[in-house]
Amino acid sequence: MSTNQGPLILVVDDYEDAREMYAEYLRFCGFRVAEARNGNEALEQAFALMPDLILMDLSLPGMDGWEATRQLKADERTRQIPVVALTGHALAGASEDAKKAGCDSFVTKPCLPDDLVVEVRRMLHLAKQT
Amino acid sequence: MPSLPARSSSRPTVSPHRDASRLELLEYYLVHHEDLAGCARASLEWLNGYAGVKRSVCLAVDTEAGILIGIAGFGVPNEDVDLFAWPLSDTRDPLVAALASPDPIVCKPGRVTGHVGRVTPATPLGAGPFTAIPLRGGGETDDAALGLLLLRAGIGSSADISWLVTVLGQKVDQIRGRGSLAEEVRKLRRERALFFTIINAVTDPILLTDTEGRLIMANARAEKLFAASEEESEGRRRAVELNNMFFSAALSRTAVEAPSEARELLLVDPSDGSDLLFEVLRSTVEDPREGTGIVSVLRNITDLRRATEQIEENYQRLRVLEAGARAERDRLNLIIDSVADPIIVTDPMGETVLMNAPAEDLFTVFQPAFDSAERSVQANDAHFSSFISGLLLGETGPGEIRRGEISLVNPNTSEPIPVEAIAGKVLSDSGELTAVVTILHDRREALERGRLYEQLKMASEELQVRVQAATAELATQNELLRRQAIELEQASRLKSQFLANMSHEFRTPLNAILGYTHMLLQGVAGDLQPAVKRQMQRIDSNGRHLLTIINEILDITRIEAGKMPMQLSGFNLNDVVPEVMAELDAVIARSKLTVTPHLSSEVSPVYSDRQKVKQIVVNLLSNALKFTHQGTIEIAVRFDPGTRAASVEVSDTGIGIAPEHHERIFEDFRQVDDSPSRQYGGTGLGLAICRRLATALGGRISLHSHVGQGSTFTLTIPVETPP
Repeated sequence: MSTNQGPLILVVDDYEDAREMYAEYLRFCGFRVAEARNGNEALEQAFALMPDLILMDLSLPGMDGWEATRQLKADERTRQIPVVALTGHALAGASEDAKKAGCDSFVTKPCLPDDLVVEVRRMLHLAKQT
Repeated sequence: MPSLPARSSSRPTVSPHRDASRLELLEYYLVHHEDLAGCARASLEWLNGYAGVKRSVCLAVDTEAGILIGIAGFGVPNEDVDLFAWPLSDTRDPLVAALASPDPIVCKPGRVTGHVGRVTPATPLGAGPFTAIPLRGGGETDDAALGLLLLRAGIGSSADISWLVTVLGQKVDQIRGRGSLAEEVRKLRRERALFFTIINAVTDPILLTDTEGRLIMANARAEKLFAASEEESEGRRRAVELNNMFFSAALSRTAVEAPSEARELLLVDPSDGSDLLFEVLRSTVEDPREGTGIVSVLRNITDLRRATEQIEENYQRLRVLEAGARAERDRLNLIIDSVADPIIVTDPMGETVLMNAPAEDLFTVFQPAFDSAERSVQANDAHFSSFISGLLLGETGPGEIRRGEISLVNPNTSEPIPVEAIAGKVLSDSGELTAVVTILHDRREALERGRLYEQLKMASEELQVRVQAATAELATQNELLRRQAIELEQASRLKSQFLANMSHEFRTPLNAILGYTHMLLQGVAGDLQPAVKRQMQRIDSNGRHLLTIINEILDITRIEAGKMPMQLSGFNLNDVVPEVMAELDAVIARSKLTVTPHLSSEVSPVYSDRQKVKQIVVNLLSNALKFTHQGTIEIAVRFDPGTRAASVEVSDTGIGIAPEHHERIFEDFRQVDDSPSRQYGGTGLGLAICRRLATALGGRISLHSHVGQGSTFTLTIPVETPP
């Protein structure tokens, strides 16, 4: 498989082990992967690379995932990019807050890489239809 | 006018039998030498017998009274003779003239010879002319005659008449010479009149009857009852008739029975027809001339009887009243004696009239008692007397009551008895004081009660103070509790937050562990040696177990914090069961048990949180698989239209649960066996979460189980979950 031709996924997570794990498995599954450690980097990368999908951890140092998502969704250029929220917080209201911020999907950690890939493929398929 | 031969000294010639009769008359004169009336009557009878004179009257002069009175009559009514009295004052009167005349004078009705205008007097002889022959004592013919013999005119003079006139005149003269004839007669007459007056004045009827019962005489009162003339009314005549009948009957009965005894006789009052009751008193009178007679005196006892009856009736009534009064008095005595308080009745002088038994205990000494008892009684008396005298001297009205306190002493025990005396005056109708009634009320009880009341009041106040203190304490405690509650709530919130944070912190590394393990097993780093792969799978399963525990802790925390999100939707319970079985497919396969679903024919959907319902059923089924070693597991879906509830029932043939553990297993971190060496793993949170979730859905989880007989857990939820 060609690593240059797969859809570009921006993985945003401040926890390196998790970020690299997902990135490695996505590459293993044929995706191109970019990485960001916080909200600001995520915005920079998004505007610079225009990824096909963004995996956004919500609890981030500095600008958090909710804020970053709001800004992405507020910008004409990045509005159409699907954002899949990733969070370890399972308390009531977490998913609502994520949706309110503009996230298109919501995945609770721990999430096995395999499951995550299933969700990514589903969202890309949805985005391609619209 | 034929004239009688003048009296002559020579005796007239008479026949021998005439002589005998003349002698007989003279003998009578001798025998009844003082009875003028009797001699006169005999003379007139003789005249009838020997001279054929049918009617004749003899009059005599009462010189003292100056009247001519009747002495005897023959052939004329006796009464006329008796009642005849003629004044002598008028010398021109024919009768007076006849007295002065030496010869008989003939009086014709209306006229008298020689005296024009003089009316012939009405004599007992009746109407018609008559001859008046003067009676003289035999002296000078010019002397005034002593009396007159009146014969019917036309009877010629005869020797017999002349003889009789002579002897009768002499006899009159003789009797008058011995005493005053007029006096005699008048006395008799007066007595007779008096007798009649008296007898008539008697209000009781008096009757004289002969032995045959024939009436001889009756007084005025008797005549009213027993005599009636033809003119009187029919009713009155009948009454009289009846009375006569009754009287005769009574007489004859009395004659047969005891003659002297008083008898009662019921007669009719002829004037008004009312009943009259008489008592008949009878006595027999013997009279040599008239023979035996019976005098009956009737005493009117009608009123007496009535009065007697009245008295009897009154007496009876009195006795009844007396009995009533006695009963009343006995009753009052009983009542008074039964009153526990002493009662004393005193008269206006302050003397005791009556007391009841309790009063006697205080004021009397029965037998020679101790000196102390006597002293006590005296002291009691003195106290009471002074109280009563205060009342008697004081001005209290009829309704007023005097109250006072007296200190008495019990004579038997010498115990002081403070009493309250309540006295009222009893006044008669006229407002006069008749008695004073005093009731003595023992005040010890009242005093004791008062003392107790005071104690009670004090205790009550003390209690009140304590209650106030306790209330204040309670308020303080409440405030403290409130603060503690707030603190607890804060602590609980902090705990939940902490657990949430912790679970997040646990998840992050666990995410990496599980992720990398998964990636290695997927062959990201190339194919693995079978031994390595087996070891990696151990890491994976233990990591998943750890994740389950963390998730369960998180669930509990979320439920307790009220942050468990509910996503209500309509779904069919029948659809949930295959999903649950699919989720646990690996476990079911490993267990080698038969799991049989029984779906409901009812297709109506429930409106609830599908994810939570599924979570509960998964939990129940995994428990069943965990605790069942052989046999079957059945999952049944049911719907109860009555309660509008749906249920999922999970039955196994497992180890079962003892009844004493049926509650315990639903508590947090609990299993039947909590020991470190327990056979079955798990957090002990599964059922606790299930019960909480069921409650949050408006339902419940029930358990039916016995040790060794398997268990049946039933989730029941309403068809419509309340918001």
